[in-house]
Amino acid sequence: MAENITNKDIVKEENLVYKKTDLLTDKALSYCPGCGHGTAHRLVMEVVEELEAQDKTVGIAPVGCSVLAYEFMDIDMQQAAHGRAPALATAIKRLYPEKYVFTYQGDGDLAAIGTAETIHACNRGENITIIFVNNGIYGMTGGQMAPTTLPGMRSSTSPYGREVASMGNPLKITELVAQLPGTYYVTRQAVHTPAAVRKAKKAIKKAFENQKLNKGLSFIEIVSNCNSGWKMTPNQANQWMVDNMFPFYELGDIKVPEE
Amino acid sequence: MAKVKGSIVVDIEKCKGCEVCVPACPTDVIQLAEEVNGKGYHYAYMANPDACIGCANCAIVCPDGVITVYKKKVDK
Repeated sequence: MAENITNKDIVKEENLVYKKTDLLTDKALSYCPGCGHGTAHRLVMEVVEELEAQDKTVGIAPVGCSVLAYEFMDIDMQQAAHGRAPALATAIKRLYPEKYVFTYQGDGDLAAIGTAETIHACNRGENITIIFVNNGIYGMTGGQMAPTTLPGMRSSTSPYGREVASMGNPLKITELVAQLPGTYYVTRQAVHTPAAVRKAKKAIKKAFENQKLNKGLSFIEIVSNCNSGWKMTPNQANQWMVDNMFPFYELGDIKVPEE
Repeated sequence: MAKVKGSIVVDIEKCKGCEVCVPACPTDVIQLAEEVNGKGYHYAYMANPDACIGCANCAIVCPDGVITVYKKKVDK
């Protein structure tokens, strides 16, 4: 019998296992092929769908590659000035405390121009969720060196590799905000393999649930690739990320609340 | 013994041919097509459809969410 089963028999509504969530719009994502942003967008929207919070969620789009996030996420979105997403999220959450409020930021937005807003929002312990996508460079503007660029890592403004003596050290902002008493849950995840994606989704869900329980700020870093900026194919970039990014930006929970 | 057979449907015009789904597949079902879509990308397709177990790993890692997965139990 099994031999006679054709694809037509399997591809039926009742056999559906997985499809893209309806909370992502049908627009084609503006990201480069293989970019982790698409997966991160989908995870956030899947969590919102599971919480049945489409009309109770406000997202803050940053400046950077994900500046058009409001085009792809079918929820209420607000565009912030460069780096100011946590400040805007603070205001929205204080005005609408019953809403889920999250910011979605890259490393140039969160760890460079928005460092002050990030640190003070974390220190105040605002009851929001920050999703931080870290790819180690400024992806949108052409792969320039960012505060998160690894020592020795090549970028368009450090073509011979980042030299710590003249260009400074990379910034582990996630470890930094974990020191602050205001943060409740701080974790670092990735989205390059199915297992990593499942773990990242659990972390995002936990962060949104913390918000519902008024626990305080949850900070989720997603270490991602930038294959265009790194001048690699997507799979090479993912491998490079495993070999080079993960030893420095170690995955896992950094601050877990005591039950 | 009941056996599970899976199948995927790729939204060809939205696939960017990034190839991230290829190593994610535990049974080596997916490959990139020789042909290209309207944007010029070699899209993903089921090169070995009989081996698909409907685990949805490809759809979970797909950055553009173009893969839909179906699964059916079949009697041997």
